[in-house]
Amino acid sequence: MRQKSDVQQGTLALMVLKTLDLLGPLHGYGIARRIEQISGDLLAVNQGTLYPVLLKLEQEGAVASEWGASENNRRARFYRLTTGGRKQMQAETREWAQTTAIIARFFEAKAEDLG
Amino acid sequence: MRWARRLRKRVANFVARERGDERLREEMEEHLALQTEANVRSGMSPEEARRQAVLKFGAVEALREDYHAEKGLPFLENLLQDVRYALRTMRKTPGFALVTIVTMAVGIGATAAIYSLVHATLLNPLKFPHPEKLVRVQDDLTGVGARDVGLSIPEWRDLQRSGIFRYVSLEGGGSVNLTGSSVPARILFEPVTPNYFALLGVKAELGRWFDPTDQTPGFTLEAVISDGLWKRAFGGDPQILGRSLRLDNDSYRVVGVMPPGFHDPGRTPDERQTELWLATGFGAYPGPPPVRNLRLGLGEIARLEPGDSLEEAQSRLDALVVSLQKQYPADYPAEAAWKVRLVPLKESVVGSVKQPLLMLLGAVGLVLLIGCVNVANLLLARSSARGREMAVRQALGAGRRRLARQLLTESLLLSLAGGLAGCAILFSARGFLLRLVPDSLPRLNDLAIDWGVLAFALAVSLAAGTLFGLAPALQAGRKDLTHKLKVEGRGSTGSQEQARTRRVLVITEFALSLMLMIAAGLLLRSFWDLYRVQLGFNPQHVMSVRLWLPIPNDPKTDIYGTPAEEAPFLREVLRRCALLPGVQEAAMGQTEAIPLHHGRNLYPLAVEGHDVRSSQLPMVQGASVSPDYFHLMGIPVDRGRGFTAQDDEEAPMVAAVNESMARSFWPNQDPVGKRIRLGARKDPIEVVGVVADARTESLEAVQAPQVYLALLQRRDKELAIFLRGNLDPATIPERVRAQVQAVNPELPVFGAMTLPDVVAGSLAQRRFSMELVLLFALTALLLAGLGIYGTISYLVSERKHEIGIRLALGAKPGTILQMVLRQGLELAGAGAAVGLAGALLAAHLLAGLLYGVTPTDPATFVGVTAVLTAVALAGCSIPAWRAMRVDPLVALRDE
Repeated sequence: MRQKSDVQQGTLALMVLKTLDLLGPLHGYGIARRIEQISGDLLAVNQGTLYPVLLKLEQEGAVASEWGASENNRRARFYRLTTGGRKQMQAETREWAQTTAIIARFFEAKAEDLG
Repeated sequence: MRWARRLRKRVANFVARERGDERLREEMEEHLALQTEANVRSGMSPEEARRQAVLKFGAVEALREDYHAEKGLPFLENLLQDVRYALRTMRKTPGFALVTIVTMAVGIGATAAIYSLVHATLLNPLKFPHPEKLVRVQDDLTGVGARDVGLSIPEWRDLQRSGIFRYVSLEGGGSVNLTGSSVPARILFEPVTPNYFALLGVKAELGRWFDPTDQTPGFTLEAVISDGLWKRAFGGDPQILGRSLRLDNDSYRVVGVMPPGFHDPGRTPDERQTELWLATGFGAYPGPPPVRNLRLGLGEIARLEPGDSLEEAQSRLDALVVSLQKQYPADYPAEAAWKVRLVPLKESVVGSVKQPLLMLLGAVGLVLLIGCVNVANLLLARSSARGREMAVRQALGAGRRRLARQLLTESLLLSLAGGLAGCAILFSARGFLLRLVPDSLPRLNDLAIDWGVLAFALAVSLAAGTLFGLAPALQAGRKDLTHKLKVEGRGSTGSQEQARTRRVLVITEFALSLMLMIAAGLLLRSFWDLYRVQLGFNPQHVMSVRLWLPIPNDPKTDIYGTPAEEAPFLREVLRRCALLPGVQEAAMGQTEAIPLHHGRNLYPLAVEGHDVRSSQLPMVQGASVSPDYFHLMGIPVDRGRGFTAQDDEEAPMVAAVNESMARSFWPNQDPVGKRIRLGARKDPIEVVGVVADARTESLEAVQAPQVYLALLQRRDKELAIFLRGNLDPATIPERVRAQVQAVNPELPVFGAMTLPDVVAGSLAQRRFSMELVLLFALTALLLAGLGIYGTISYLVSERKHEIGIRLALGAKPGTILQMVLRQGLELAGAGAAVGLAGALLAAHLLAGLLYGVTPTDPATFVGVTAVLTAVALAGCSIPAWRAMRVDPLVALRDE
């Protein structure tokens, strides 16, 4: 199966980390809904792609998961941010801020600036 | 490290077969339930809510695969799956698997065997620290055509002082009589300068080296012995250090034992077997006085300074030579043109076998390549038989790359199995194989089937598997699926493209086989010519036995110090040996008189009446012999006379020369009655006879000038007894020993050989490489025959339907036969054309290995092509005969 582009996978992972940081432990559906609310249609289709990303983060040690009870009292897997995950999120957030700032400056540049 | 942690988890999951299916299923269910509820809350009907939730979730199968891929190691999982599948296929077609594995086992095993030879000789022959810094110093008198004449002692001292080298050592070769053990033994020894071991850089296992700064001019009375001698003669005595050895009646103290596996980097096979080293500064008794133009025929080894290259050292050496020539104009006349060369030590040890070994490696590589082509052909045939299976799997969604990978896994597995079998055979037969290698193959370390060879075999297996698996794998991905599904089910198989590939493979195979066979043919002819060469002497029924008279350090204790002292001993030994059972004739001579012995005994020659302007004289090979030598060896005396019993210690010195020498020094004159001087001796020697040329120096060499001296007039120490008659090789050595030791019980008698063995031995290396190449060529021929048989059989079975129609329409069976044979011959012809062109190009690489034939010998080329064509015809005739007998009814009904 074709892999997602690295950028897309990377952003999704960062969004997951940020969501968990803001809202505390959540199950997969909860995370998907939050991301959908904020990002618009990134997860409008293919919500399922979230699960391999969650697994990857867990194998990397950025999140931990355990079974718990959902709103309607069924068994659900809850994900929470680990200390390592928080550090990773902060580092990646900084990188993103820098990158977007540079890209933004490029987009605003006019011909005379480059002359 | 995040990735490391992730990898660890994945490996753990892979090993534990933890797939996480259950967890994913549960999470998905929960997700969909929650989404459905949310949809219902926003007003959808329950069915619609569920449907929308599923849609939003996305493709479940794809997700599951991604999830698995993340959880474990998909590459390894696929590999395992492929391997399992391949093993199952192999079990289903055991015949095919067996043929492939055997072909590969032969190819890879043979390649690894030859590689082990190359590994031990060419790749790493010198087991010394920084071997690349070791060089041999060789000097030539290019003006008088003398090569490698050896340095004199003052020249060696000049080199040492020059600062060009870290060390310069001299080494001689010889044997010494070790007494004190039960039977007097002859030990190969080297007198070396005290810095010899410091130069080589190998530490003694026990004790120490000689002191490299020792300035003693004569022998230091210290001895270093080899591990082998220590164990053999002293039972590995731990108290060996300080023990005294009696060598030629002189007493030496053992100061060191070299480690096992240490081999002397000598110039000859004998020198490389050295077991004892004695330190000497040379230039004092028992050697001659150090005179600048007196060359001792010693070897010189030097170690370059760590930062220096060979070129830098050579250019500084050239400058030194020029300044020495200015300083001593009388010793270095311009017309002698003294030159000193530096040759890498490795080159000087294994340079002579580089070409034959590389040729063998090339030949065995060709065999392997032909094997690969054959297997590729088989695989192609099978892949066309499996075409439908592949098409179905493709239709079911298997990716092309996935299919290709699976086919490649299969071929790699076959090749690895073949490699493994090859190595197993090699390993179990190694004792036998090592015995086939001639002893004369120069090497300083032991041949072994070791890890290096196994790693090589593994690499070769992988390469071979990829090579022969590539064609079917590439084709697997390339086909038009619909067409294939439609066609594959029926009798006709394989596409045009596949047929073309198979033809190309067979042509390649034929071309490679032809090249190999031509090489084998040329080598065989060279060997045959040498084998039947006119020797100029008759080795039949002749044996030689060696003995050695001691040279004590104190001349006063030498009981054979003058010809007058030695002659009675020689006469008595000869008289006794002539009485031995079966002996018809007996003679004696210097060791150099043993034909093909490769000993060098060069004398500077001055011919009376010739203008001698310089002190640099031409060098001729000389040997002293007893009166009956020429008759015993069957060397005819052409002019004058041979030696007689009257040419003894009291009579004036006489010599005989061979025809080559007569031609070189007395062109158009009769040398008989002329007078010459040899070496440092001032008294003239009269030439009394001219004998025919004989190939006593080497079988290949054109004749070299040779002078014979009368043994009774000399005091030579290294001797050989020659016997002709009805001899028993098993008892002669003991009988001769008894007779010699009856005269002097302290003398070692050794080295008994029959001359036919000596002649055969000098052909051993040639025979070895010729036989191997011949074996490889026959293997290649067999493979090529099988290849063309397979391909033509396949083409016939493919055209069975067509042949059936032709026969039904009235074609004669003979026409069908012709048609099939023509097809085979076309392939063979194309292969032969390519192969002949390749052989013409490649044969020149063999030029140095040939004797008596040119690399483009037409007879060989034509003959080999004819043989190959015959094999092609034989290979085609079985399928052709089958085609002729096709029953039209059966062939058509099959459709």
